[in-house]
Amino acid sequence: MNQKYPTEPLKIWNEAKLLRGKYYENYLDAHKLGGLRWAGGAWSFSSIPAGLGEDVYSITGEPHGATIAFFKDFTAKCHEAVEAAGFPRTLCAYMRNYWGSILLDKYIRADGKVVDEHPVPDFIWQDHICCSHAKWYQVAKWLEEKKGKKVPMYCVDVSVGYSMDKPLEDFKINYIVRQLSDGIEWLEKVTGRTYNDKLLCEAVWNEINATRLWAEICALNQNVPAPLDEKTMYSLYVMGTLMKHRKECVDIYRKLKTEIEDRVRRGIAAVGNERFRIITDTQPPWGFLKIFREMEKYGVVSLGSLYTFGLIGMWKYRPDGTWAPKDLPLEKPQTREEAVKMIVEWTVDRPEWAHFYQPEAKTKMILSIVKQWKVDAVLLHYNRGCEGLSVHIAENRHGLLDAGVPVFPFEGNMGDEREFDFPGTLARLTAFFESMGLKKLGE
Amino acid sequence: MIEEIFQQFRDWIDNRHEYAKEWKEKNTKKIIGYLCTYVPEEIVYAADILPVRILGSHEPPTVTEPYIFAMFCHLCRDCLAQGLKGRFNYIDGIVEGQSCLHLRQTFNAWRLHIPTNFAHYIHIPHGIQNPHAIPYLTQELTKFKKALEDWNGKKISNEDLDKGIKIMNENRELMRKVHEFRKLENPKITGLEAMEMVLSSQMVDKEEHSKLLNKLLEELPKRNLQRNTGTRLMIIGSEDDDRVFMKNVEALGATFVIEEHCTGSRYLWDDVVPQEDRLSAIASRYVNRVPCPSKDWPEFTRIQHAVKLAKDFNVQGALVIQNKFCDPHGIEIPPLREALKKVGVQTYPLEFDVTVPWGQFRTRVEAFLETLTGLEELF
Repeated sequence: MNQKYPTEPLKIWNEAKLLRGKYYENYLDAHKLGGLRWAGGAWSFSSIPAGLGEDVYSITGEPHGATIAFFKDFTAKCHEAVEAAGFPRTLCAYMRNYWGSILLDKYIRADGKVVDEHPVPDFIWQDHICCSHAKWYQVAKWLEEKKGKKVPMYCVDVSVGYSMDKPLEDFKINYIVRQLSDGIEWLEKVTGRTYNDKLLCEAVWNEINATRLWAEICALNQNVPAPLDEKTMYSLYVMGTLMKHRKECVDIYRKLKTEIEDRVRRGIAAVGNERFRIITDTQPPWGFLKIFREMEKYGVVSLGSLYTFGLIGMWKYRPDGTWAPKDLPLEKPQTREEAVKMIVEWTVDRPEWAHFYQPEAKTKMILSIVKQWKVDAVLLHYNRGCEGLSVHIAENRHGLLDAGVPVFPFEGNMGDEREFDFPGTLARLTAFFESMGLKKLGE
Repeated sequence: MIEEIFQQFRDWIDNRHEYAKEWKEKNTKKIIGYLCTYVPEEIVYAADILPVRILGSHEPPTVTEPYIFAMFCHLCRDCLAQGLKGRFNYIDGIVEGQSCLHLRQTFNAWRLHIPTNFAHYIHIPHGIQNPHAIPYLTQELTKFKKALEDWNGKKISNEDLDKGIKIMNENRELMRKVHEFRKLENPKITGLEAMEMVLSSQMVDKEEHSKLLNKLLEELPKRNLQRNTGTRLMIIGSEDDDRVFMKNVEALGATFVIEEHCTGSRYLWDDVVPQEDRLSAIASRYVNRVPCPSKDWPEFTRIQHAVKLAKDFNVQGALVIQNKFCDPHGIEIPPLREALKKVGVQTYPLEFDVTVPWGQFRTRVEAFLETLTGLEELF
């Protein structure tokens, strides 16, 4: 059967893979290099610790948890260790993977190689919007203390709500700004380093640019055929979850954007026989990404999701009602005060924070994606592994169905394979595609 | 007389909806339902509105699946079920004070699917250990006060706030005084009775409740419970209003002498300390109160408080309960158990769902009690 659109591998693929691998290595080797390492979440204000120096390396918990989940043998050992320690198996799957790694005193590299000794961070730098965010690192700190290692922890409360139609009130912005300003003093105290405001301003500007660029890249998937598929996007958005504040992240996203624009010009597709466009929701069951390849057999391409677009990418509604990459601030910050305020004002618009408070907001954004990205159906992952991104998901299902969008809900777990029935889900998904009038290509 | 008082608490719980409807008709005032004890009832009372806590009915869930994914705790689903079934059709509004994602989901589903005139979400800060939490919450409470004023068509004065603070402080203080009688070698009330006292206070007019508490405090010194105290237990963890479980455990030769959860001592442990700025005073109380673990970081202050309670009430063993899927409490189970063990309090974890499998739990609780007291002779 002839392929409908031309395809070709991404030129940037190997560079991205190397960058991701280096990130994990740098964290591991930070002390050998005379640097510092910190642990925290992918949503933490990572540009703030950047003011401590250029030799400060982080590991963000969610991508680390996802990496563990991808390698199922190690995941199983992590879960066993956590359950043996007395924690319920219903908790956040990433968090359990991370704790398991501490309990086993093992570290997994990006290529899946497991090495001895979980590298202890010099400090924890986290933020809190989901029930588990701060608690995750509070327990990590406690587990390290039991091993005789004291890890100082700072966590910023960002649970101030979300405003779709007007800017968030000043007192809410200031609440976060004040915590971050205190946090800078705390960083100086626990590391003994002098804080460099110039590095902070650079990091903030990097973060703003990286998160804008990622949104621009995702927006290019509005084209038919889509130049990127979601499985590939997972390998690329991860840079933003690991190091959104670093120049390397901005550079690679800039290159990626140029390459994707070129693919669009030349009509290069991610899926050669694209004929049915879907989006998903929340994290996938990481151990079962092959499900995307199964979808391709029906000519189905997954264009992304609010999660892949908005976990790191920054978006905003335009006056004409379209959903588009958020406009950059007019100028780069020049002082600590400007930088801290700017990053807070930038971050509170994160699309993935909206649904924590307003299910209608998430439904509205998904419907915008459906319309602008020419989506035929939505797959909703009822994800047992993440209550933060599954919250209100049933309301989103109502909203999509009410708007006439076909929806396929499926239950699974992003990081615990015991809670994902691959054959069962695939059978139901196949039936769903058939109900949409699709047949396996070549049949 | 004293048995009549406890019977009144039970009646209020068993007939809570009838009570509320009669109260509304008699007083011609509004009623607000709230989900979490982080809602500052002081301000609701100041608005001359009756706050009543929405809780579940412990029936298997049948109506919530389309609205809340079943991986969220039974409490949040059971609360929503009450609304969907129309059991709270007398409330005029609903308010939630930010605690966990679970109850937030109940609030939003309620707001979207159950006709309600007033719905307000208070963004209670999570970072209660940071110094900016009180001024921030004061601003949030200012918004809440204004929302109530706009809806109710009546300004809330400082005198009104003083009245609200007084009502709440008095009720909490009286219940704490009752708790003192649980410290005795032979406690004057059982854990079930204590639970029914606190639960009913969340369901009825607190001024009426406090009148009964005053009578109870007159009678309690004279009371002889006519039962063996047995093993002195603590129950600690997620929201718990499972009266059947309490009754059954106490029938096994034990007494719950203290609990640490939000339908028990956590609800009543802290008062509002008066200040010129009333809202700041209220904010201070809700930031500094015994916290829900969702807000208790980076230090485990709730665990420190639980250890103190265990010592003060001479606890021998603790049942650590987690409502299935309640992450904030689940996360703290190992550190909590370790902290209690360090002060000689053995613990046993139990996972609660909307209904409790008493057959299995009985065997497990009996075994736990035996480990605390020594094995019974076989014959």
